[in-house]
Amino acid sequence: MTLAIACRGLVKRFGTKVAVGGVDLDVARGQCLGLLGPNGAGKTTTVELLEGLHQPDEGSIELLGMRWGEGRDRDLRQRLGVQLQETTLGDKLEVWEVLRLFRSFQERGRSLDDVLQRVGLVDVRRQRYHTLSGGQKQRVALACALVGDPDILFLDEPTTGLDPRARQALWAVVEQFRAAGGTVLLTTHYMEEAAALCDRIAIIDQGKIIARGTPAELVDGLGRVQFVEFETQRAVDVARLQQLDGVQSVTTRESKYRLCLGRDLELLAGVLLELSRQRVVPLGLSTHQATLDDVFLQLTGRGLEAAEAPAEGASS
Amino acid sequence: MNDEPRAPARTGAADAERLHPLLELTKVRLREFYREPGMIFWVFGFPILMAIGLGLAFRSQPPERPAVAVLARADHPLARALVQSQQVASTLEEEQAALRGLARTKYALLLDLRGAEPVYRYDPMLREARLARAYVDDELERAAGRRDLLAPRDEPQSLPGTRYIDFLLPGLIALNLMGSSVWGVGYSLVVARKRKLLRRFAVTAMRRSDYLLSYFLSRLVFLALELVVLVAFGVLAFGTLVQGSYASLVLVSLLGAGAFAGLGLLVGARVDNTEVAQGWMNFIQLPMWVLSGAYFSNERFPEWLQPIIQVLPLTALVDALRRIYNEAASLDQLLFQLGVLVAWALGSFTLATRTFRWQ
Repeated sequence: MTLAIACRGLVKRFGTKVAVGGVDLDVARGQCLGLLGPNGAGKTTTVELLEGLHQPDEGSIELLGMRWGEGRDRDLRQRLGVQLQETTLGDKLEVWEVLRLFRSFQERGRSLDDVLQRVGLVDVRRQRYHTLSGGQKQRVALACALVGDPDILFLDEPTTGLDPRARQALWAVVEQFRAAGGTVLLTTHYMEEAAALCDRIAIIDQGKIIARGTPAELVDGLGRVQFVEFETQRAVDVARLQQLDGVQSVTTRESKYRLCLGRDLELLAGVLLELSRQRVVPLGLSTHQATLDDVFLQLTGRGLEAAEAPAEGASS
Repeated sequence: MNDEPRAPARTGAADAERLHPLLELTKVRLREFYREPGMIFWVFGFPILMAIGLGLAFRSQPPERPAVAVLARADHPLARALVQSQQVASTLEEEQAALRGLARTKYALLLDLRGAEPVYRYDPMLREARLARAYVDDELERAAGRRDLLAPRDEPQSLPGTRYIDFLLPGLIALNLMGSSVWGVGYSLVVARKRKLLRRFAVTAMRRSDYLLSYFLSRLVFLALELVVLVAFGVLAFGTLVQGSYASLVLVSLLGAGAFAGLGLLVGARVDNTEVAQGWMNFIQLPMWVLSGAYFSNERFPEWLQPIIQVLPLTALVDALRRIYNEAASLDQLLFQLGVLVAWALGSFTLATRTFRWQ
């Protein structure tokens, strides 16, 4: 298994703030690695270090067997496709003009028609960039990354702010790239996205990787558990809930309660019985099996999307 | 689609044309410019409006005769002789009205003939007033019987390049080259950085020198257009002809645009905020608008300021263009100005590329 991306002990400080505090990453060719974490966790800085936009203060980076600053930077750039956050690619330009420009930078690559087709922008190819929807703009950004037919694709929060349909459409393009043997490194704070696209996930928080594995491994790491969530007007006696058989933890936030317990139905019944004994009327009671969201919550005690206002709940 | 083989999609040859990055970058720059109607106005419309306005204000007119108020009886012989004069326009006035007219500069001079000898009342600080005094005195002496010893002959002349508009037009061309080069390069770079487009380009295989060169190339295209429009406008609207060679005019304009594009590059090298960029560009341009003599001769400034004024790029450009325009100067007469422009172009470009930030 050859590595497309290998970095060791990556450290980057901005002034006194440590943005990345010793990150190791390995991505095999043809794999998709997801860097998962809340805003400000160091995801973007990590990717931008890999892309050669910043110089790391410490650590080493190897991409496709090459390193930055050894005189082969342009050769390396020929083989990378990059999509950055919040780039305005040229308001006054038409879609195909933007794409043509990016194509001209690469020695080899795909034909414009092929790329437009892939990202589903054929119909708007003569439209000005600023008239496009958010989803279309993101697809232009993706097209610009794909037009050089890269070996590695870096995507930094590719679907932030998109509606579910636009998100799915973008995922399909990434999956197609993967299926053709491409390597992907993507950052996201959407669990769903990581679960859908990534072979492996590294969870990053405060500049450090706090867990890694396949999505299934990470979820299984929590044990055979389920989560019960409800809201109530009356205060609940949390201590008595915690003493119940099979209850591993109880977390509360304002009037919301969340219990982690074993998967057996009897254990759930025990919780409900206790609530009724306390004369608590739970509102919006829900149970679900562990997801990556729960993994993150369990690891850090904070919600992944807490900083953001997510459009949809993580459990479904 | 997933099992589509990877190799055939990899083209290079399937794109019938090989795209050249420098050409594509330049084309994009041109497109972004001409799709911005405001830019078109500032580059082409504004200098033409300026030339029309100033050309009208300072158009050539028959010389105005200084106005003189005369205090005298209507049948005073000297007063009657003065009315015949071609040099001054005289009016018989009451004393109160005459003094009021003098204060309001309606009259340049007040001539009092009520006493034994004529009295002139005027402000000697005013050139027009001194001129009026000389004319009136001349007329009165002649009317009183003076005989002229010489018989000079007047040969009225109107040389090309001596009108104000002839003086102004090269200055306007220089101002235009400065404005469009500094803004066209500096502002666009700052906007591109602000939109994070520069860092997006920095992660492609694009040669960074291609990107900066594309700004110069697109400037060249607009330089040609600006020159044609303004020179043609001068010829058609005011009959202002280029006395020197067009080749020299083009070369000097090129160097001027290069110097100012370099300054624009310097502004755009690090700034990522458009307000700050505007401040810098005004800081660079405003002193030169005043000092470099685009609207009036820079020789009016004191001697001690001249060494600074003469090495300003706008001064060099204005002087060189004006001398080509109006004095048919050849390039070897303009070596100092050419040197100044080349020095600014090279200096600013070198400094800018060293400090340029793609982030």
